[in-house]
Amino acid sequence: MEKIREMLSIKNLKVNIGDKEILKGIDLEVKPGEIHAIMGPNGSGKSTLASTLAGRDYVTVTDGKVTYQGKNLLDLEPEERALEGIFLGFQYPVEIPGVSMVNFMRTAINEQRKYKGLEPLSAGDFLKLMHERKSIVGIDSKLTNRSVNEGFSGGEKKKNEIFQMALLEPVLSILDETDSGLDIDALKIVANGVNKLRRKDNATIVITHYQRLLDYIIPDFVHVLYKGRIVKSGNKELAYKLEEKGYEWLKEEVEAD
Amino acid sequence: MNTDLKVEDLTTTYTELYAKNRDDIFAQTPDFINETREDALKAFRRLGFPKRKAEDYKYTRIEELFNREIDLVTFPGKSELDVGELFTCDVPELDTTVLLVLNSFYKSKDEKLTTLKNGIVYGSMNEAARVYPDLVQKHYAKYADYKTEALTALNTAFAQDGIFIYVPDNVRSDKPFQIINLLHSNKKLLDQHRNLFILGKNSSLDVVICDHTLSGVPFVTNSLTEAYVGQNAALDITRMQNEHNNSVQVTNSYIYQARDSRATTNVITLHGGSIRNNLRVYLDGEGCENHSYGLFLADQEQHVDNFTYINHLKPNCMSNQLYKGILDDKATGAFSGKIHVWKDAQKTIAYQKNNNILLSDDAKMNSKPQLEIYADDVKCSHGATVGQLDQDALFYLRSRGIPEKESLLLLMYAFAYEVVSKINIPALKERTDELIDKRLRGELSRCYNCKMKCD
Repeated sequence: MEKIREMLSIKNLKVNIGDKEILKGIDLEVKPGEIHAIMGPNGSGKSTLASTLAGRDYVTVTDGKVTYQGKNLLDLEPEERALEGIFLGFQYPVEIPGVSMVNFMRTAINEQRKYKGLEPLSAGDFLKLMHERKSIVGIDSKLTNRSVNEGFSGGEKKKNEIFQMALLEPVLSILDETDSGLDIDALKIVANGVNKLRRKDNATIVITHYQRLLDYIIPDFVHVLYKGRIVKSGNKELAYKLEEKGYEWLKEEVEAD
Repeated sequence: MNTDLKVEDLTTTYTELYAKNRDDIFAQTPDFINETREDALKAFRRLGFPKRKAEDYKYTRIEELFNREIDLVTFPGKSELDVGELFTCDVPELDTTVLLVLNSFYKSKDEKLTTLKNGIVYGSMNEAARVYPDLVQKHYAKYADYKTEALTALNTAFAQDGIFIYVPDNVRSDKPFQIINLLHSNKKLLDQHRNLFILGKNSSLDVVICDHTLSGVPFVTNSLTEAYVGQNAALDITRMQNEHNNSVQVTNSYIYQARDSRATTNVITLHGGSIRNNLRVYLDGEGCENHSYGLFLADQEQHVDNFTYINHLKPNCMSNQLYKGILDDKATGAFSGKIHVWKDAQKTIAYQKNNNILLSDDAKMNSKPQLEIYADDVKCSHGATVGQLDQDALFYLRSRGIPEKESLLLLMYAFAYEVVSKINIPALKERTDELIDKRLRGELSRCYNCKMKCD
């Protein structure tokens, strides 16, 4: 039997923002086909972990190693990480007036194709692809014809993240609080999109504060991040327990150790 | 010429230049224009070149820029080049009536003045003054106030030709006019061409003005455009400035608007040495609408200064200004925008916005909004920003696999697009888009659309 190799391996990752240590030694292994949920109270370091993996420059890695598909991820520029198949779904997607969604995504797709040694997509083929992927998240053409996220509602911005994910077909998606600010209908659409995009050879890390998203995206593993450390890992039952007992239960348990 | 010349001496130098060429200058223009010249020269001598301390010229040292040894082109244009061979405008699908102006003079293949079936008259300013003296005299130097503005006075004294366009009442010009100003010479040149556009009631006119230099010698341009926009008429002027690094260009635009008229000006500065654009607007009837836009991209040691002065003289008018600039290297830029709401101009709505991006630590931008409001029931706003590109937006683009350099270009392009999108001729908008993209990538040389390839 073929050995299933790790897609992502995080070992003892320590990260500072400014002088403050936010991540204090994270260990995490993600294999192809898996969905991992990372939960935790506000300020536990969830978004910092996502930012570190995507390559934001305001975080400083002070220790540890991140290996992604055999490469040292921390050596790569943000765009190289993206071209290698990493996708970050932003907690707060940025509005970029003047850059059209079409131009943005066509540039991104063609950069990806260039990286793979493929010819750029023609305008016609690109529009066809866009049309096809729109249906996955049910995003309105009115939105995709506009500037990137400009004047989008909170829910529309999150849908747009999943739409971009559908176009770019990432290997590893990191969805940073994609559920925050969504009503239940938008949440279902977003979750449904993620599920449709799930394959044996890709993986997803879902970062969330609430358990409710995990009713729709069923994780294989749930990790609880608290004060910069993963203090508990388990299956989806852990998420229910957290929902039921709240983070206070966890704090007590951790601090009792 | 000594480069340490004092301003007073420089004024004298230009006065002498005028005296030396007076006969040539006078020979081709009718008396009413020549009388105005004498008057304007007197005003120029009294005013002198704007001094460094002059508030309106704080950021552009006019006297230094005009302190160059220059030759005056007198009638007729000395260059006998076939400009058609030399220069072809490469805006595909742009269906315009092209009017070539070489070294200040209209270069026509056939007649100097053309009258269309619908009554539109266009061609040489000089010729128009002789053929239609009454019409020209009614508007010539009536809006461009040479008594208070030295550079306007200088142009009024020297100008010999340029473009004249007349659109009669109730005629809509269906095809834009494209004025291509070319400078071509093996010696330094002073270009002081002058345009006059007259729009009758309920008429409309679209003009595209392209400024190009075709040879590398220093040029000094002090051009002037006067426009009368009649009742309920609509004028749209888009200007593309693409000159070389050693050129000096001052444009003086005067837009006079009668009741219910609309006027839009858009100045896109792609390239140039030192540029100063003066725009003066007079909203002299109720219900007028004015839009003035500007975009400049400057690098190396280029200098671009946009100066606007919007006069709200009557009630219920609306004006809107949007100027944007991107500065790199050691480039310097300035924007001074004046909104003057006169006592009677109640219910005025006036907006002004100036946003700038500095790409280097050495680039410099001065932005100065000035509001003078003497009416009490008005709505005015202004805003100016100078900053860097949005780092969050940059990361967002990079996180989708777009390289940093390409992402920066996308953001600059987006910044510029707000102004470009105001161009109302689709083919020109598209082409401007491309040119700006090229310019931002550093691929647009001043010789981009010239076949001479002089360097």
